[in-house]
Amino acid sequence: MNAATRTGAQAIIDGLQQQGVEYVFGYPGGANMPIFDALLDSSLKLILVRHEQGATHMADGYARASGKPGVVFVTSGPGATNAITGIMTAQMESAPLVVICGQTVVGNLGLDAFQEADVSGVSYPVVKHSYLIRDANDTPRIMREAFFLAETGRPGPVLIDMPKDIALAPVTLDSGGEMHLPGYTIPTHGDSDQIATVAQCLHEAKRPLLLVGHGALISDAGKAVRHLAERMQIPVTTTLLGKGAFPETHDLSLGMLGMHGTVYANKAVMNCDLIMSIGSRWDDRIIGKADEFCDGAVKIHIDIDATEFNKLITVDYCIHGDARLVVEELNTMLQPGDTKAWLAEVAKFKRQFPLTFKKKGGLKAQSVLYELDQLVGGDAVFTTDVGQHQMWAAQFCRTTERNHWISSGGAGTMGFGFPAAIGAQLAFPGKTVIAVVGDGGFQRTMAELPTAAVNKLPVKVLIINNSYLGMVRQWQNIFFDNRLSGVKLEGNPDFVKLAEACGGKGLRIKRNADIKRVLQQALDYNDGPCVIDAEVEKEDNVFPMIPSGEPYSSMLLENPRTKMAQPRGST
Amino acid sequence: MSREDLHSISLLVNNKPGVLIRISLVFARRGYNIDSLVVSPAHNRQFSRMSITASGDPDTLVLILGQLNKLVDVIHATDHTGDVVVQRELALIKVDCTAERRTEVLQISEHFKCQSVDISDTTVLLEATGNSDKLDALELMLEKHGIVEIVRSGKLVMARGASAT
Ligand SMILES: Cc1ncc(C[n+]2csc(CCOP(=O)(O)OP(=O)(O)O)c2C)c(N)n1
Repeated sequence: MNAATRTGAQAIIDGLQQQGVEYVFGYPGGANMPIFDALLDSSLKLILVRHEQGATHMADGYARASGKPGVVFVTSGPGATNAITGIMTAQMESAPLVVICGQTVVGNLGLDAFQEADVSGVSYPVVKHSYLIRDANDTPRIMREAFFLAETGRPGPVLIDMPKDIALAPVTLDSGGEMHLPGYTIPTHGDSDQIATVAQCLHEAKRPLLLVGHGALISDAGKAVRHLAERMQIPVTTTLLGKGAFPETHDLSLGMLGMHGTVYANKAVMNCDLIMSIGSRWDDRIIGKADEFCDGAVKIHIDIDATEFNKLITVDYCIHGDARLVVEELNTMLQPGDTKAWLAEVAKFKRQFPLTFKKKGGLKAQSVLYELDQLVGGDAVFTTDVGQHQMWAAQFCRTTERNHWISSGGAGTMGFGFPAAIGAQLAFPGKTVIAVVGDGGFQRTMAELPTAAVNKLPVKVLIINNSYLGMVRQWQNIFFDNRLSGVKLEGNPDFVKLAEACGGKGLRIKRNADIKRVLQQALDYNDGPCVIDAEVEKEDNVFPMIPSGEPYSSMLLENPRTKMAQPRGST
Repeated sequence: MSREDLHSISLLVNNKPGVLIRISLVFARRGYNIDSLVVSPAHNRQFSRMSITASGDPDTLVLILGQLNKLVDVIHATDHTGDVVVQRELALIKVDCTAERRTEVLQISEHFKCQSVDISDTTVLLEATGNSDKLDALELMLEKHGIVEIVRSGKLVMARGASAT
């Protein structure tokens, strides 16, 4: 090998640099040592994590905050399988990741060699695409394809399995990385005739509603959606992942809909005569009982992924294309209709059923989140974990900007929130980044506290600490006759001390009177991670709530007085 | 599952390791059973042709086709159920058959335009091609004599005329 010839590992690093990658989230091991070695000679910054799941969620948070793919390095066998949860999460949330796994040498593949796992095989159901490199010469091409696949169309994770001997082998035939993807097309513009028909439907509708999802954020359709809503005077509701696609402080915003959506958004759903989804997949959290969802309303679906059409519910019009391009074209055809009476009705829903909570009693999660929202005034990036705190944060922390809300909605992966915040902080160095987590979920990935500390990342971790796996307790409370099983979190660590032990700051909120002061103290601390342990009321439940798989009409506004039947939906 | 229909799906895919697994995962996830599967290199060796017959709920088929087409390694997947296609299958059938009954078996064989490719004291081996219904009928006729073994290739389909498969 002459000096100019590079190895497979170097081709990986070169590929990353060509893509303008800044950070790599990773963990070394025997099989990826050549890649870690090549990393030393590059300008890439390594964030050495404590666990591979953390690496994937950090990369996910980074990707969703920056709009650029997040990159992960893990080693073979257990290193790679530890990353699978985060890869599945990215797949469910359409987040672009490129995960590069070390692998045993080619000759050992399939022989149960030390730390060998068929990682590309394991990945198939949870990736957008995966590669096993068998020839170092393919590396430049595969690197380009991986990034292209991860970030175009409907984004998702791409896994590259790199055997150690290939990483060390010379790249002799450099094809220049020309891509070869004959089976991959990226939808762009929608069908103009369909769009014109939809424009007509919008014009005729008396009670129209826009349902805006993550797809609108990914395609940066926010401006176009706002123009559409304002020009046509149509109220807008967003999904959990769609938060930020339309400012929640806007008069036409109804906040989040669905299982724990606002009453007024859900009432609007129940009463609309037209609903148009822009980059939302009408998932089961949103539709409740499929055959009763928006019964009688005209349903329109704009999506870049054709497999989402007519999946759970049947719609009247599908437009296959990029959300921004489709809405921009639609915006050239608008003819405002008359929605005055409808807006008045929706305003009445808002007045009648505002988002509230009972302020009496002990410290409420909602109070803490409400005050936090007031303090940051929309100028913060929120990530969340999964559970009650997630739903309360979605309700009370209003999102006004794109990529300022990062949550695990499709996958519902506990442990996501804190590492995602680390990734988001790296993407937004000057911004306030706040992870709202539960005491259960935080313990999944709190091992990353030192990671945040050594990198001096001023991430705020607000633990809504109820000493329970709260969301599961809520279900047991409502649907299982309050027979609590496996939900009491005994032996939680002292999170304040834990934060200090890991080189961060720890603060505690015990009483209502502490809220503002402590939150302000946390916001002012910028030398590293700051954990705020909010010891909230233990047995509060999230409302509104539409039991899963049930129609909107069975929305609960408070604890039911009698025992409820098991809901039809799964979880 | 409401109704089980038999679907005839053809695919043009990248000819490389792992593609078949990705495709079969799509079927398995929605509880579709693959009844037959034929894979061969396409005219351009970079690609393979697959002909799959699978049974399952027809409402799910659209989703399955969509999910197949979404795979990066799939160039296209098309459902040919009910289309005008040429469909062929090959069967090798070993029939239990002593010298006394040979004429009778060979008569059936001739009727179905089979070739007898091997004969022993106790067996006759027939090769038959045709559409799958014809092979089903042949199988039924030979059943009476006793089928020792049967191997069928699975359905091959190709669109008629100038349209692409
Ligand atoms: C990996 C994983 N395991 C289990 C669950 C099921 N689950 C959903 S919410 C929840 C409770 C979360 O408890 P905590 O983190 O304390 O948050 P809280 O609901 O109390 O706010 C559980 C166990 C999940 N979503 N993810």
